Amino acid sequence: MKPGLFAHLTRVGAWVALLFLVLPALISIPVSLTPKRFLSMPEGTYSLRHFQNLFTSPDWLSSFAQSGVIATSTALLASTLGTLCAIGLWRVTSRFSEMVRAFLLLPLIIPQIISAMVFYRLLVPIGLIDSYLGLILAHTILATPMVLITVSASLANFDPKLEQASRNLGASNWTTMRRVILPSIKPGVIAGALFAFILSWDEIVVTLFISKFNVYTLPRRMWNGIRENTDPTVAAAAVVLIAITLLAFVIYALVARRRAQTSPSEE
Amino acid sequence: MQALRQYIHPGWFLVAPFLLVVVAFYLGPLVNILWLSVTDPEPGLGNYEALFTSDSLARILWTTLRTCLITTIFSVAIGYCLAYAMVHAHNRNQNIMLTLLLISFWISVLVRTFAWLMLLGHNGLVNNAFETIGLIDRPIRFMRNELGVLIGMIHYMVPYAVLPLMVNMQTLDPRVMAASRNLGASGPQTFWRIYLPLTLPGLVASSLLVFILSLGFYVTPAILGGGKVLMVAEYISVQLLVTLRWGTAAMLGTLMLLGVLALLWVMSRFMRLSAVFGGGATR
Repeated sequence: MKPGLFAHLTRVGAWVALLFLVLPALISIPVSLTPKRFLSMPEGTYSLRHFQNLFTSPDWLSSFAQSGVIATSTALLASTLGTLCAIGLWRVTSRFSEMVRAFLLLPLIIPQIISAMVFYRLLVPIGLIDSYLGLILAHTILATPMVLITVSASLANFDPKLEQASRNLGASNWTTMRRVILPSIKPGVIAGALFAFILSWDEIVVTLFISKFNVYTLPRRMWNGIRENTDPTVAAAAVVLIAITLLAFVIYALVARRRAQTSPSEE
Repeated sequence: MQALRQYIHPGWFLVAPFLLVVVAFYLGPLVNILWLSVTDPEPGLGNYEALFTSDSLARILWTTLRTCLITTIFSVAIGYCLAYAMVHAHNRNQNIMLTLLLISFWISVLVRTFAWLMLLGHNGLVNNAFETIGLIDRPIRFMRNELGVLIGMIHYMVPYAVLPLMVNMQTLDPRVMAASRNLGASGPQTFWRIYLPLTLPGLVASSLLVFILSLGFYVTPAILGGGKVLMVAEYISVQLLVTLRWGTAAMLGTLMLLGVLALLWVMSRFMRLSAVFGGGATR
């Protein structure tokens, strides 16, 4: 097809749309560098005082640490549960197992406000509201479907004959799992763990419902900062979050590239 | 154990841990909430009756539906152009575009909402820029109204709209379009008569996905709407955390859940859901 006017317009439109998607977030960079005490654009002079505040204030530091602990635990738990579950469903593969898979993906698809009600309803009577354990449990249930998706995608490319070969050569179930299956689906597990980490690290809706004073995660503190709409430290936190997102993205891209290299059968 | 294995496939033992966790800690309370919607404060359909008698509830539902519909139309329109350009771009450009799309997809919703707060405010960058170049002489009110909420929501939803469309467009056979051109159809004719109908499943899937995600969206409407644009999700949170009325919240939650499940069912008619959410059912 010869590229006509229409194709040109779409192409220009697409780049404009991409800029619309990416550029707005970057405004937090200049705002975070303002020398003033309130949210404003810097005019000529810049200052790092808000970053200094971010990294010395005990409140913000404790939020960073809490979010780190919760997101890491979530990533570990979710990748364990999700990987086991994905391998199990892959082994069974029947009409019924596909229904179970659809059911297990529900926590990811059901609107988060409903999940928030669910966990609030669950955690109040058992006294786990506003606790690490409660948040980790909630985040794990929300994040495990992500791992299920990425690991299942890896398994779809895994040749089941390898598993049979390993069994025929006398390896036990456990050895086959550890030495044959797990190494081949490692990129999927890592990608899933990464997604689970990001999901928990960013999670705000459920967190708003099930945390109050004891546990005050980073998104929770940002939410308050945004609502009060005065302290530029929020802008500095936003810049740090963007940097972390970019870092996670680079890791993900490297993993994805390795996955493409190790499985030439894909595409 | 051995006897058990004859009846149950050993794979289920690996599925069991997460399955049990979901049933006990997610499905259980969810069913409890459905139950509350017909029993709290008193048994009966009183909570649902309020839908027809209460003006404020009707207004909230209408605001939600309208906002979600407009968001869906704009996100899918922008997403369609993006997906089209990406699928038909050269390899290198395609990679750059995909990277930009995924980065915007990954940036925290709080960061993005905060950015719009800075951009759209009374003295925000957009108003200042428009005033400097003389486009307007008074600041436009973007915030605390539907316009701001819509901008924020569309910005968040576009990447979700793009992904199912891209999956759909990549499966099309370019020879079909070439045949249409060879038989004398013009470019626009080929697009309207051949390409668009072929991408209809992708369009439906992406519209439904965006609509579903918009229905329960909480963060952006709550912040950019500033309490002036009350949608169902925010209303539920007020009912639970401020006025402590479980019945109404449970009723709205039930409606939203049924709506989402119905839309997912429709979506599964048009597209294998596993293609959207990834799945291992290829064997």
